[in-house]
Amino acid sequence: MNRFLDRLFGRDQRSAQLAKERMKLVLIHDRTDLSPQALEKLKDELISVISRYIEIDPKAVTIDIAQEGREQRLVADIPFKPAARRRAG
Amino acid sequence: MTAKVVTVTSGKGGVGKTTATANLATALAANGAKVVCVDADIGLRNLDVVLGLENRIVYDLVDVVEGRCRLRQAMIRDKRLPELYLIPAAQTRDKNAVSPSDMVRLCDELRGEHDWILIDSPAGIERGFRNAIAPADIVLVVTNPEVSAVRDADRIIGLIEAEEKGPARLIINRIKPSMVKRGEMLSADDVLELLAVDLVGMIPEDENVVVSTNRGMPVALDERSKAGQAFRNIARRLNGEQVPFMSMNDDGGFLGRLARLVRPGGNR
Ligand SMILES: Nc1ncnc2c1ncn2[C@@H]1O[C@H](COP(=O)(O)OP(=O)(O)O)[C@@H](O)[C@H]1O
Ligand SMILES: [Mg+2]
Repeated sequence: MNRFLDRLFGRDQRSAQLAKERMKLVLIHDRTDLSPQALEKLKDELISVISRYIEIDPKAVTIDIAQEGREQRLVADIPFKPAARRRAG
Repeated sequence: MTAKVVTVTSGKGGVGKTTATANLATALAANGAKVVCVDADIGLRNLDVVLGLENRIVYDLVDVVEGRCRLRQAMIRDKRLPELYLIPAAQTRDKNAVSPSDMVRLCDELRGEHDWILIDSPAGIERGFRNAIAPADIVLVVTNPEVSAVRDADRIIGLIEAEEKGPARLIINRIKPSMVKRGEMLSADDVLELLAVDLVGMIPEDENVVVSTNRGMPVALDERSKAGQAFRNIARRLNGEQVPFMSMNDDGGFLGRLARLVRPGGNR
């Protein structure tokens, strides 16, 4: 039962694994000098700008920081709204 | 002869820069190279005690830079290795007594007569760090497998790249294999994946480091110590040799020693 509760609350994860996951996020934000909050704001503004020109579904948009070695890039995937729904909506 | 300048630095303090500098210098000199190490941690002089040379200091780095002595007079010869020298840091001055161009000039003067110049850097991202990396051909970043040390290493690696002194090469020090095995310490692979730099060495946690530092005799001279072996391996890698990384799978406990007895040279 204890074991089950531990798993439920994510407590049975080994500390090294946890440290690695935490550090991944910390380093992305350190390197880009962009806080998670600022990144969220950037996403919202980007979506609203793009929406002025094309019809998109904000929920289908993904904007994230990708890493290759020590290089970071902002990768945005912004699908157009399908034509059928565009006419209907 | 044109020396290569190797700067040993870190983001966080206390991760093992001075220990690494002393041991790499010792290992290189023990292989017959002419080596001079420079303690650039002004105000927090330590390389002298780690090398066991603290009683022989007359002049220091700031005396050289400010022209109170000739370069030769500030070079202390090691007790054991005739081709190993130390230029100690000043203890009562601050980092601003030396500039990055002073360090470049000093190293240019030393290059002609040595094979290696090793610079022990202070921790951090300020003047002392800039002094230490200004003359560097190779920058080694020391870290521990621990979150704050890794985070600070990442910061310093970025600065080294920005100063066009990269790519930095990483030394992961104080690895505890038994903790890694239990999943309670970041492994060398984890650290490398996070920092995305080249590895030049892994040093296990080793009580012999403390003992040898107490004696002022670098652990690289101790044939039986695992940390000493790891430092000797890094020295060979600096010389361009391909040396396989030491296994971090045992703590050097009874079974580990037994395994090495059964397979001499194994595990290395
Ligand atoms: N591999 C190791 N095993 C055990 N102790 C170590 C090891 N490396 C360093 N130490 C100890 O850690 C402390 C800090 O090391 P030091 O080289 O002075 O760090 P820094 O120069 O980065 O401040 C010293 O007491 C040293 O003896
Ligand atoms: Mg030090």
